[in-house]
Amino acid sequence: MLSYALRRIAVAVPTLLVIITLSFALQRLAPGGPFDQEQTLTPAVRANLDRVYGLDRPLAVQYARYLSALARGDFGPSLSQRDFTVTELIGQGLPLSATLGLAAVLLAILVGLPAGIAAALARGSGVDYALTALAAAGIALPTFVTGPALALLFGLHLHWLPVAGWERGAPRYLVLPVVTLALPVAAYLARLTRASLLEVLRTNYVRSARARGLGEARVLWRHALRPALLPAVSYLGPAVAFVVTGSLVIETVFGLPGSGRYLVQGAIDRDYPLVMGMVVVYAALTLACNLAADLIYGWLDPGARRG
Amino acid sequence: MAEAAAGRGLWRDAGRRLRANRGARVALALLGSVTLLAVLAPAASPWAFDSLDWRHLAEPPGLTAAHWFGTDRLGRDLFVRTLHGVRLSLLISLLASAISVGIGLAWGALAGFAGGRTEEAMMRFVDVLYSLPYLFIVIILSTVLGRGSIAVLLLAIAAVGWLTTARIVHGQTLQLKRREFIEAARATGVPTVGILVRHVIPNLAGTVVVYATLTVPQMILFESFLSFLGLGVQEPYASLGNLINAGAQEMESAPWMLLVPAAFLVLLLGCLNLLGDGLRDALDPREH
Repeated sequence: MLSYALRRIAVAVPTLLVIITLSFALQRLAPGGPFDQEQTLTPAVRANLDRVYGLDRPLAVQYARYLSALARGDFGPSLSQRDFTVTELIGQGLPLSATLGLAAVLLAILVGLPAGIAAALARGSGVDYALTALAAAGIALPTFVTGPALALLFGLHLHWLPVAGWERGAPRYLVLPVVTLALPVAAYLARLTRASLLEVLRTNYVRSARARGLGEARVLWRHALRPALLPAVSYLGPAVAFVVTGSLVIETVFGLPGSGRYLVQGAIDRDYPLVMGMVVVYAALTLACNLAADLIYGWLDPGARRG
Repeated sequence: MAEAAAGRGLWRDAGRRLRANRGARVALALLGSVTLLAVLAPAASPWAFDSLDWRHLAEPPGLTAAHWFGTDRLGRDLFVRTLHGVRLSLLISLLASAISVGIGLAWGALAGFAGGRTEEAMMRFVDVLYSLPYLFIVIILSTVLGRGSIAVLLLAIAAVGWLTTARIVHGQTLQLKRREFIEAARATGVPTVGILVRHVIPNLAGTVVVYATLTVPQMILFESFLSFLGLGVQEPYASLGNLINAGAQEMESAPWMLLVPAAFLVLLLGCLNLLGDGLRDALDPREH
């Protein structure tokens, strides 16, 4: 198990480094700088700005500086919001984004797995068809459609929940965003779990467990469920990535002050350090979650540790 | 000769199975009518996508009104704008799918056929890109290249779309490589490129057609997603994404501005997915 874990980590770390290097290189080699939109700058002012931010140094020097600062958790100054460092900006928004994402993943697991198991056990019944149709809709509908639609229905028409906005500590502002974000993940989990449980229930060892006279509940809990959950576990890594990107939309739709909007705003303003910082933070997060999913998978399925 | 006959048989069988699939048939008909509408209607309407009608600002939809689907705050006709959006979304997604499936096919087939270090390096590159949420790549690309131009949007979308195709084609190529007819071709001295073009790629066609059909809705989604965030198609041009974004902001006073483009997007995505699933079932009946 330990060597399996070490192997997985040995893949994740270089991947992160490649991502950092690639996004650094792409952004610095691109035509156009962050100060292009301010047309009134005289050449002298412009040169000064470039010097203050180190943009006049050779690329290799800029890269080395960036990496060493990164190691200390310093993402550099934001170029578009001059009074803040990137670390401060991300630090302001990340707790809310993380809460949103975590709550969504938890909700998706709590809804998606039981729904998938129920559909598999009730195969061919009305319940199965209803759940399968719901899951198909949940997967096909993008969050930027379901989000406004839910806000329209539950916020504007029924007045059950606030349409948008965020008052510190009021959980009811998070209900619609979390549900919107969780919906596709829950739908996908339900579909995966249904398919894999159906497959497991057809295997020989489940048949022999039944032949030994074990009750259906015992067959399910002791024998069928663990292998049936493997696909769902390996989906959790990509699911977190999905939630991370989904939160960009959710934060825009519901006007939440999370960190996702900095990525979009940074891209619009060509604020290199901000975009880089966000990409590095999110990429590290995604890789960590993939790693966690791999480790859980290896723990559940000893066969996966080899190879 | 026998192989060619078998090849025709496969496609004819697939065509029959597809026609027998009612979901796919309905999807195809709906898709055809929406496409036709999107191509013809904007030209037939008295309004252009950016013409302003000062007498009808933020007018709700109605069949007897001057604007069937209503207007936005500037008095622009929503029917025309939505269909323009559909047209742009379809155009971008078809082009992007073609580009990304082409790259994926070439990349996967080459990697699978090259073997050894080259294969390792090529597929590892795909893995690295795959481990990033696709949106990062697109956002980095649009930061780098500037936003607004359709060419940049196409490039950004196509840059992430080819990864899945490359993986699938790679796997299929590995299986094909061991087959006897490839060995026979090699033994008779056909050069590698010849084997790829004459024997490997035609045998991948079924898989590629299925994934290409499933790539199109993905591309529509990417495009609308980016336009929704303000990184894709820019005003005054209309795409489903930026129409939905504008609609979401006017939701309280003019809900139709959200509902009309959203309904068209959902319709497009639903039809394309149904059609893709139907094609997959038709071309590969064993798995489903």
